[in-house]
Amino acid sequence: MDRSELKSLSITAAKVRMGVVEAVHAAKSGHPGGSLSCTDILTALYFHEMKIDPQNPRWAERDRFVLSKGHSSPALYSVLAHRGFFPVADLKLFRSIKGHYSGHPDMNHVPGVDMSTGSLGQGIAAAVGMALAGRLDHAPWRVYSVMGDGEQEEGEVWEAAEAAGKYKLDNLCAFVDCNGLQIDGRVADVMPVEPLDKKYEAFGWNVITIDGHDFEAIISALDAARAFKGKPTVILARTVKGKGVSFMEDQAGWHGVAPNDEQYAAAMAELQAALNEKEAM
Amino acid sequence: MSKIATRTAYGKALVEFAKDYPNLVVLDADLSGSTKTKDFSKAYPDRFFNMGIAEGGMVTAAAGLAAAGKIPFASSFAVFASGRAWEQIRTSVTYPHLNVKIVGTHAGLSVGEDGATHQATEDIAIMRAIPGMLVVCPCDGNETRLAVKALLDYDGPAYLRLGRADVETVTDNLPGYEFQLGKGTFLKDGSDVTIIATGLTVQMSLEADKLLQEKGISARIIDMHTIKPLDEEMVLKAARETGCLVTAEEHNIIGGLGGAVAELTAAKLPTILERVGLNDEFGRSGKAAEVLDYFGISPQGIVDAALRAMERKKALGR
Repeated sequence: MDRSELKSLSITAAKVRMGVVEAVHAAKSGHPGGSLSCTDILTALYFHEMKIDPQNPRWAERDRFVLSKGHSSPALYSVLAHRGFFPVADLKLFRSIKGHYSGHPDMNHVPGVDMSTGSLGQGIAAAVGMALAGRLDHAPWRVYSVMGDGEQEEGEVWEAAEAAGKYKLDNLCAFVDCNGLQIDGRVADVMPVEPLDKKYEAFGWNVITIDGHDFEAIISALDAARAFKGKPTVILARTVKGKGVSFMEDQAGWHGVAPNDEQYAAAMAELQAALNEKEAM
Repeated sequence: MSKIATRTAYGKALVEFAKDYPNLVVLDADLSGSTKTKDFSKAYPDRFFNMGIAEGGMVTAAAGLAAAGKIPFASSFAVFASGRAWEQIRTSVTYPHLNVKIVGTHAGLSVGEDGATHQATEDIAIMRAIPGMLVVCPCDGNETRLAVKALLDYDGPAYLRLGRADVETVTDNLPGYEFQLGKGTFLKDGSDVTIIATGLTVQMSLEADKLLQEKGISARIIDMHTIKPLDEEMVLKAARETGCLVTAEEHNIIGGLGGAVAELTAAKLPTILERVGLNDEFGRSGKAAEVLDYFGISPQGIVDAALRAMERKKALGR
């Protein structure tokens, strides 16, 4: 992968982050912390990895994506908007009665959303179902999903994990956005989920651990996942909750709270400065 | 008359229709021998997924299969299919209106010996409360086969409620009978009282009718195989023409067929109604017929309810 694509991805991610803050601020509610931690992963998926067509969101041969941590909808909506599935200006309609951009992803109303999610543990199970369908049809498309690390506490994650292992779904690649925080505090305190690498290995998965904010690492992990046969792949992405907005970083309090006008201005200024810096590189 | 359990007819129907419906896939949660999906698993091993004892994951995987164009039938005992996976059905199947059929076998008290833990007696209520969910409870093997076909042709979520026990086939020689989702089956006309039944209480109602005839009572009998959407026209017509109603189901009287009929009549045509079912209590172990009889879900229980309804109608001078 060349430097220009890396630069382009980091510029896009900066714009996506601004869209996240814009949407959550406009809605005066939503989940900025976990959206910002998975922004780089979603950007890599939608701007590098996945075969999709924004003009034809239901294209039968497209790669599928399921946001299992559905509360990070601001990140998904922002990525979809910047990818051309709908106008970026629509991000201001997030959670609004005037639009159809519901608090959690809605496959029937938001172009580009492949599965309605929001109840933790279910998205990954739906992704397993999609991968089973793809395999049954010998289809070329792949299935991607992003879970949270707090989400790993849900029993259904492991029901899905055992099924993916049993059926050797190598057309499935899941991320865990390991930002270490959940609503009530540190994942390690609320309900420890580690060691995730050993757990997924035991469930029959190929496991890759990366820095979830390093595009080279994300993309080489995706390459490795695609090349790996006979097992599903999980990419354990070490991330920072609130990444890119310094006062939100690594703060559980920014899980599901919108910035006020002052905080919004500060966040946007910081993100704009980062964007300018990346564009100048 | 031949006898077959509705679950057995379900298993046969899946195999029968598999060729014509290449997108049909079947999931089970380690009960394929009991839900009778085993026949399909042998005939079409690639299209069968045994998800293990994990009903929530099974139902959500079915949602994923449907999102990718398949027509999944996800099967387990009714108590687990509807209860354990309720929120998965609500959020991942019905909210996005995906084409998933939830199939609960061993519904109601006729499970028998396994007892209350395995007797789904609230499933109609909790499935019916979900927006956009169809609830279908066929009474015999013939109707089950037709229901499976109709659900294959219907693009949307549905709950199919089936029984463990062998039941007499009563719909195979009905003149003019045509199975249609959302339309009750008119089994017999009558003028004094209408008995609306679902599942195996349909056969009980036909038995009850014989006892009522001995008393000179003319009962109308309706097989309400689709509880949601309810055949409002047929219920209201019966209410107008016979003046009192009895509902019968192996389910709590709260929220099931009786609840649906009560909601409808209270809103559109207040009518005397007696509900045969569990009186807000759990079942118990015993042979199926004994357990049903213990709770008054029997031909005699239906007769008694019909007499009570007619008594109330008379007291009102109608």
